[in-house]
Amino acid sequence: MSAHSQNSTQSTRLAHGGRIDRSRTLQFSFDGKVMQAHPGDTLASALIANGVHLVGRSFKYHRPRGILTAGSEEPNALVGVYRHGDQTPNLRATQVEVYEGLMAISQNRYPSLDFDVGAINDVLSPLFPAGFYYKTFMWPKAFWDKVYEPVIRAAAGLGKPPKLADPDHYANLYAHCDVLVIGSGPAGLAAALSASETGARVILCDEQAEMGGSLLSETGSTIEGLPAADWVAATLATLAQRDNVTLLPRTTAFGYFVQNFIALAERVTDHLAQPDANLPRERMWQVRARQVVIAAGAHERPMVFPENDRPGILLASAGRTYLNRYGAAAGRRVLVTTACDSAWAAAFDLADAGVEVVAIADMRATPPEPLREAAARRGIRVEAACVVTGTSGRLRVSKAMLGRLRNDGSVVSAGDVTCDAILMSSGWTPSVSLYSQSRGKVVWNAEHEAFLPGASVQRERSAGSCRGVNGLAAVLEDGYAAGEQAAEAATGAARKGGRLTATGGEASTGGYLGALPHDRNAGRVKAFVDYQNDVTAKDVQLAVREGMMSIEHIKRYTTTGMATDQGRLSNMNALAIASGALGAPLPQVGLTTFRLPYSPTTFGTFAGSSRGDAFDPVRRTPSHDWVVAKGGVFEDVGQWKRTWYFPQGSEDMHAAVARECRVTRQSVGQFDASTLGKIEVVGKDAAEFLERFYTNPWKGLKPGRCRYAVLLNEAGYIIDDGVVGRLADDRFHVTTTTGGAARVFAMMEDFLQTEWPDLDVWITSTTEQYAVIAVQGPKAREVIAPFVEGIDLSNAAFPHMSVASGRFAGLPCRLFRVSFTGELGFEVNVPARHGAKVWELINAEVVKQGGCVYGTETMHVLRAEKGYIIIGQETDGTVTPDDAGLDWAIGKKKFDFVGKRSLSRPDLVAKGRKQVVGLLPVDPKQMLEEGAQITAEANPAKGTPALGHVTSAYWSEALGRTIALAIVKDGRARHGEVLNVPMPAGAVPVKVVDPVMYDPEGTRLNG
Amino acid sequence: MAEIYTPAASLAPVLRQDAVSIQKTAPLARLSFRGRAEAQAAVAGALGFALPQAPLSAATGAGKVALWLGPDEWLLLAPEAELEAFEAAVNAAVAGLAASVTDISHRQDAVLVSGPRAAWLLNAGVPIDLALPAFPVGMVTRTLCHKAEVILWRKAEDQFVLECWRSFQPYVLEHLLDAARELSTA
Repeated sequence: MSAHSQNSTQSTRLAHGGRIDRSRTLQFSFDGKVMQAHPGDTLASALIANGVHLVGRSFKYHRPRGILTAGSEEPNALVGVYRHGDQTPNLRATQVEVYEGLMAISQNRYPSLDFDVGAINDVLSPLFPAGFYYKTFMWPKAFWDKVYEPVIRAAAGLGKPPKLADPDHYANLYAHCDVLVIGSGPAGLAAALSASETGARVILCDEQAEMGGSLLSETGSTIEGLPAADWVAATLATLAQRDNVTLLPRTTAFGYFVQNFIALAERVTDHLAQPDANLPRERMWQVRARQVVIAAGAHERPMVFPENDRPGILLASAGRTYLNRYGAAAGRRVLVTTACDSAWAAAFDLADAGVEVVAIADMRATPPEPLREAAARRGIRVEAACVVTGTSGRLRVSKAMLGRLRNDGSVVSAGDVTCDAILMSSGWTPSVSLYSQSRGKVVWNAEHEAFLPGASVQRERSAGSCRGVNGLAAVLEDGYAAGEQAAEAATGAARKGGRLTATGGEASTGGYLGALPHDRNAGRVKAFVDYQNDVTAKDVQLAVREGMMSIEHIKRYTTTGMATDQGRLSNMNALAIASGALGAPLPQVGLTTFRLPYSPTTFGTFAGSSRGDAFDPVRRTPSHDWVVAKGGVFEDVGQWKRTWYFPQGSEDMHAAVARECRVTRQSVGQFDASTLGKIEVVGKDAAEFLERFYTNPWKGLKPGRCRYAVLLNEAGYIIDDGVVGRLADDRFHVTTTTGGAARVFAMMEDFLQTEWPDLDVWITSTTEQYAVIAVQGPKAREVIAPFVEGIDLSNAAFPHMSVASGRFAGLPCRLFRVSFTGELGFEVNVPARHGAKVWELINAEVVKQGGCVYGTETMHVLRAEKGYIIIGQETDGTVTPDDAGLDWAIGKKKFDFVGKRSLSRPDLVAKGRKQVVGLLPVDPKQMLEEGAQITAEANPAKGTPALGHVTSAYWSEALGRTIALAIVKDGRARHGEVLNVPMPAGAVPVKVVDPVMYDPEGTRLNG
Repeated sequence: MAEIYTPAASLAPVLRQDAVSIQKTAPLARLSFRGRAEAQAAVAGALGFALPQAPLSAATGAGKVALWLGPDEWLLLAPEAELEAFEAAVNAAVAGLAASVTDISHRQDAVLVSGPRAAWLLNAGVPIDLALPAFPVGMVTRTLCHKAEVILWRKAEDQFVLECWRSFQPYVLEHLLDAARELSTA
């Protein structure tokens, strides 16, 4: 082995081979140390090529850890990657592609990876057995807040969260296809090929940067007469040329939902050194597939032997991948230990590449003869019936202890071997995660000693090694058939029954589940089952001893299988250990459910472009730009931006609102009411429909007149209100609350379609058809009169609660005479595109009359002075019309209306219900807090139920004092009583009064 | 006939790229028509053609358009200047019949999304299949663009009308422009 160039840091890069681009050299850094790599490298392959295996510290014991795998299931090599001046934590080095200038850091260590003070936990590990959280932190109770939780929080988690807002943007795309193929190994490629040949729309995705899966690490096998890697290239070229195929590398299928809806996360720019800022970092593909082919392959299992977690110990297939795909040797003296055939191929490839293979230790008594012959040809020492019983080496494995398995199952020492890497394989576990997510139930297969997909619940089929098919030729055949079958099921295209020929890639036999036997002190050694969560074989056995019988309990007690790989590496070994400890057959112990996401997925991918102002629609009224220009302050009301108040000069909110209230009552105020919901109810049964829907009677309402309307739910509680104007016998203009518009419309449509489809009536939302400008105050008539054509505005012709169609400033208009302030008031409805212009025209007149514009806060104050309720403020879903003092709004002679039956329920007519009242603090300057509780006593005994609570509280400029509305038990019978509002600074005495606190005679309204 | 949706002459395109462009359209007369069979038949008198009865279909003629939105619901379009006459004619046609005619000319605004990547761009926020066989030219539907309800009408292989309530349009455009960013890269 020789370094490929002088000055290269790549000490274990082979001179030849691999799929990396050796014509270019890249610089990257890990923990500040600058190293070299080539395009095509992952961070993991680059580190291995640089002889670096120590990449992190483990979660609980802070043990030195190295790269274990070459895929997304990597439990150890979690790193932070710097970008835009911040770092993204917990990326798997096996998935991070190296680009020029990549900066990565290790995690979970202090002060450094080589010397980590947290490693004391390893020495103290007897204190941290399985379930230690549950055992240790139970007592004393008072310690939880002050001691345990802060310590656990400080120690918990891997990596550090980024500090800055995410500077990237993310995309979303909805996609549809006939066949979605997940995984681009031999089965997936064959499936995509055969499915797309029929003309079916095919999406092929793979989580890796390069498609081809295991074929990219393969040597010696051929497909259709081509070396495997060449066949991959040819096949991808064929697929890329087909218009009906979408190829998605770097794309993880992370969630399988109902109705064949699959979520994919595409990593678009993470691998680029200088990504165009216009490219999204990641894209969520929301795919609706007629048929799905899951070709997810299989995961190699680690061997559970003592100290199986030292840096330099890798899965055999990972070692082979680093060698064949990246031209990087896992070590210079490599021990291969296995229970199955496939690891031998890694040993042979290493030896053929000039790496010293110190031995192949196979736990089987008689490994297959052809393998032994192939080893002998290469001069590799083979130890049969041999296991690794321990390892040593502080920051990297330097020695392995071997043990001989005797017939009785015991182990005796077979000496030590020095090595700087161990490749291990306990066999293969089919990847059933996505099948399981599709709600399918896995079935135990004794022959394969594996859980395999059972019946399909959704329109999917598994193909290749994820359903237990082994050997290249069989996998290709299975994938090809799955693609054809899926296409036929999706589109009806007839199958051609084609197949692909292959040589090499023979099926691997053998395998072992569970912890290996050894001759060490079982109480003192750690043989890791779940690397990321630091769960050992001992922990699983302890959980069983302590009474856990279900794998679901064992999982939660030990946290095995709860790491980011969801137990893909650990589950089967943990199950076998639990099965042994329980003395129950493995399938009886069960398998935990695989949940989404398949691998960690960023919040950004989920958010897509729905962030900031685009998270939810921001709805603006036609006056919005004018208000912005005038310095108005907005508040959010549902999705709407409504003007809250208009400060002038140095006014604060209190001063502005006081002025707006004063000016409106003295002369005139202008208010944007466009956000109120508006529904056009039309048809010969329109009045009948409203009669049944709202509490009020409607049939007697004359065209040109309006009425206040109350809406109940079927339980008899107020859920909305508004004003309804009758425009014609068969046409009503209904208004709703701003927040209730969509809800009321949907409820109307629901009743019309399901309860009263016989009525000839239709509803149409006109909320956004009209800009609505309220003009309120003694001078209101003077303000609008210059613009109005065709409507007599006199009190006699157009009294309070009137509506008429006419022209306003030459535009079509619906004019209402209504008031939510207690003043003479009009609401001008003009088509919305003219709203801004009309707003300004009216404002000019308002200014002439010495008036002002006002916002929602002033509107709230003015209506509270008049005792008008606001839905959601005075009501909370438990308030009846009578509670709110709206008994008068109930059409008692009506046959029925929504909620009528409930109004006679005993509890709704019982005495002692809470009723809306006015409150006047005894100290007129004392402001109450909305939500404050109300009691009879100033200092009630602990546990005394409140009589009610404050629902609205304001400074009333008109009354020169503070006021409030409240709901109080038996409130109407308490007018004149003094009650108390207990506050932290002492109780506030308040007088209960009628809610109509200003102009109770209503003279101003009719002015 | 002339296209009913025309780019708003006074407004610069919202987006102009080779791959896709977005252009606001000029105001239109829009009537929501709902009614029973007899009234549906009667509307033809005012339109000059029969209401399309096939789900998700559109009918055009005599400078007017009828878009099927539901079993008893159509969106009727006419040039803006004809609003009052059009509304009066439709009301007269269905007088005495079970129907509702409501002016929603100002409730909605439309954009034209055009170009070879128009369907791709819309699928950033519209969840339905916009492949030509699934959503052919002439098909119209109510659907969602992210959280906003929209009406989508395919005018040509590479051109769609995207209409929504006026206050939702900035939200819809913000998402589409965000998704279009990557089309400007090499």
